[in-house]
Amino acid sequence: MDKDGNVIIRAEGLAKSFGHTRALKGIDLTVRSGDFWLIFGPNGAGKSTLIGILATLLKQTKGKLTIDGIHSGNDIVELRRKIGVISHQTFLYGDLTAYENLSFYGRLYGIDNLKTKVLHMLAEMGLADWADERVRNFSRGMQQRLTIARALLHGPSILLLDEPGTGLDQHAMRHFYHLLGDLHSQKQTILMTSHNLTIGLEKCTHLAILAGGRIVFSARKAELDGKNFEEIYFQYTEKERK
Amino acid sequence: MRYFKKVLAITVKDLLLEAHTKELTPAMLVFSLIVIVIFNFSFEPGMQNSDIITPGILWIAFVFAGMLGLARSFAEEHEQESIRGLMLAPVDHSAIYLGKTLSNLVFLFCVEIISVLAFGIFFNINIFPILPGLAVVLGLATPGFVAVGTLYAAMASNIRLREILLPVLLFPIIVPVLIAAVKITGSVLQGQPLSDVSGWLNLLAAYDGIFIIVGVLTFEYVIEE
Repeated sequence: MDKDGNVIIRAEGLAKSFGHTRALKGIDLTVRSGDFWLIFGPNGAGKSTLIGILATLLKQTKGKLTIDGIHSGNDIVELRRKIGVISHQTFLYGDLTAYENLSFYGRLYGIDNLKTKVLHMLAEMGLADWADERVRNFSRGMQQRLTIARALLHGPSILLLDEPGTGLDQHAMRHFYHLLGDLHSQKQTILMTSHNLTIGLEKCTHLAILAGGRIVFSARKAELDGKNFEEIYFQYTEKERK
Repeated sequence: MRYFKKVLAITVKDLLLEAHTKELTPAMLVFSLIVIVIFNFSFEPGMQNSDIITPGILWIAFVFAGMLGLARSFAEEHEQESIRGLMLAPVDHSAIYLGKTLSNLVFLFCVEIISVLAFGIFFNINIFPILPGLAVVLGLATPGFVAVGTLYAAMASNIRLREILLPVLLFPIIVPVLIAAVKITGSVLQGQPLSDVSGWLNLLAAYDGIFIIVGVLTFEYVIEE
């Protein structure tokens, strides 16, 4: 159990400016263990900036962030152990094999019994037969499965996904969201951003809309009660545009 | 100890990548050998004042070959944004700097060893009696050059014209290393004891220490978005 009930992410008033541009204008967010948050937003809404801050790749200009009981200002190295990140870029090395890629990241996280864990993870993602193949030769779908393995190898408390479907074809996308659904059914906490309203909706537990650097709408999916989310999305994002 | 294991993991990853691709070291080596061959045609072996000219030739070859390698040293990290994968790891970001510096050092040492042997052949110099002296100067000058070069390569890695910009940025700052390395190498080639150039050796040691510390302390700010 984490130190703050079952809250995994607590963000209070997160703001981020790049020069005079205010990318985030005060984000409050509470993600509990086992939640699957889906945050939608148009281009330039601040989705990648939010993921960047939650992943510790960016420092917030204002606000507090606590992940699994660790404050981002206290022990950032320990906090990084709690996070797994999947982006539209794979963070993999094309000229290393799948096995070498996972082994390398495993060593960076100081994982024990690394060989066993890497082989297990490759098997879980259906890549055992391609363990010694260079990642450059993988299809985009296979690369994204290996990316999931990379992000989960160290057993993070939360998986952060920043538009992970970019570049995937329909089959790979479907397979990818099946994998996410499986992970969520195993109580993995997930927070994902997307601008595509057609994917992920059926799997998530919470929905939010980020527009103009603010969360303008958030609800449990059960609370939507058959309402058309697409209409809600356009209503809130159009309002922000005006 | 865990910190150094992670430094080593980054170095081993770079060596593994190079073993798979063989892109960097052969290009650096060919460049270095071309410089030596061209100068060999320009300055005949045994000519007057060759002791003054030859150390400069050797260091021109090393520095330009090193630049070539340094400019490419972060290319793999940006191809799939792997640098962000490294930054997400639970380790101080200075470990990335030390890991990359160590792998760049290994690549340049390999090039230097082969180039020194080629240099001896082309310039008709018996290298073997002066190898210990050369080992000292290479062992002191190369880490300083690579330490500052790796830091600047990280700075320039996001810039489209990095191959052009890196030498322009780097040359002014490595002038002390170059001058000291040329002076010591000249002394070694003339068969003089290293104690004659102890001042230059101390300068190299100080430069190495200062720039490795500067790199460790500032790398975080260099790579942050």
